[in-house]
Amino acid sequence: MPTSIDHIIVIGGSAGSLPVLLQVLENLPPNFSIPVIVVLHRLKNVASDLQGILASVQQTQKIKEPEDKEAIKRRHVYIAPQNYHLLVEADKTFSLDYSEPVHYSRPSIDVSFESVVRVFGPKTIAILLSGANQDGADGMEAVVAANGVAIAQSPETSEYPAMPVAAIEKNAKVKSMAPEKIVEYLHQLTVE
Amino acid sequence: MKEKIDISAADLDDVLLVIRNNYGYDFSNYSRASLIRRVLRFMDTARIKTVYDLRFHLTNEPAFFAYFLQTITVNVTEMFRDPAFYHSLREKVLPKLAAYPIIKIWHAGCSSGEEVYSMCILLEEAGLLNRAVIYATDINPANIEKARSGIVPMHYMKDYTANYQQSGGKEDFSTYYTARYENALIRKDLRRNIVFSQHNLVTDQGFNEFQLVCCRNVLIYFNKTLQNHVFHLFYNSLPPMGYLALGMKESLLFTDLRDKFETVDATAKIFKRKK
Repeated sequence: MPTSIDHIIVIGGSAGSLPVLLQVLENLPPNFSIPVIVVLHRLKNVASDLQGILASVQQTQKIKEPEDKEAIKRRHVYIAPQNYHLLVEADKTFSLDYSEPVHYSRPSIDVSFESVVRVFGPKTIAILLSGANQDGADGMEAVVAANGVAIAQSPETSEYPAMPVAAIEKNAKVKSMAPEKIVEYLHQLTVE
Repeated sequence: MKEKIDISAADLDDVLLVIRNNYGYDFSNYSRASLIRRVLRFMDTARIKTVYDLRFHLTNEPAFFAYFLQTITVNVTEMFRDPAFYHSLREKVLPKLAAYPIIKIWHAGCSSGEEVYSMCILLEEAGLLNRAVIYATDINPANIEKARSGIVPMHYMKDYTANYQQSGGKEDFSTYYTARYENALIRKDLRRNIVFSQHNLVTDQGFNEFQLVCCRNVLIYFNKTLQNHVFHLFYNSLPPMGYLALGMKESLLFTDLRDKFETVDATAKIFKRKK
């Protein structure tokens, strides 16, 4: 029996987010067990080695693109596959969805954030990184409304600040953090 | 600020019951995460504010239900969607199908037909279209009508041409359609052996035996119970050595039939029924 999943971390990013994502994953504490879902805007039909790139900085967590209806497990980093929205079911399994792009994006960050928070509620920790559109702002609002934790990369540290700015302007309760602070925050989670 | 509509799990169950009792469509084993999202989206576009209103309109207005059905089922598709899959079909499956005197293919959940046209082009290029019959079915009658028309919006053709080329297509893609104003009409002779019909994977039985069943990005909208039911339907529609093609992120992991299939292409998700 897999141990039950309590908290979840979901990270969304677009243009300029990959270096920050790598920094965050590289600096996860070695005993980190909270599952992480990564939703990056990606091109479709283009061979991508995102999985390999993330695995090169993070060896203790298993990194994979989930199959449809796969159960969420501890010590895993899940990457939203190209060309699908990634959703979560009430029984804490993944569901994929091939419906229309949202904010020109599939996977869309809003779709994943809203779906995750519907299941994990206040146990959701959403992190929105650099990007050049508005995706993620609605999702962050849903996380805040459910008393989850919503963290945006601070605009001054973002290569493309539009995405974090949209989320921060939409909701005063979104915390703005530099990448080092995000890393610190995740360390403090494991101490508790 | 826009008011947020929400719908609880119990409310959704009530809505689904209204639909089943009035129209016979059973959505109870659809994946909830996606279904809730689409129902909310429908309520937003149709300006329905409460679940009570939704149930009222669904009960009393069949035309409203038709609109609802069109919106909550996912009708997004592409020609040569996932070129790697079509490449694998060309290389690994069609040469084997060539051995049959009549090739029967079932596209289950064909949406507006783009993947069916793609299959016809592959068969034509392999010299097999003459002896192929392609059954194209979908739950949604509006999709079947659209698929039957052979019309594809012109502005996607650039993407489709790129997909076609990535799939290993060597011909001039524009010879497969006629462009007029904003639309492209897929050549009629390419579509001559397609049989269109409405079919609901949830409630309808199998209706023939096929050497290849294509059901791509349909099962992701079903829960594991319903997926397993549909896998049994497909298994019983395939002869030994018959092929089953799924979407790139779909798998046989959660069906009790997983040992009855062998993998032909693990990435393109092509499987073969064992003897």
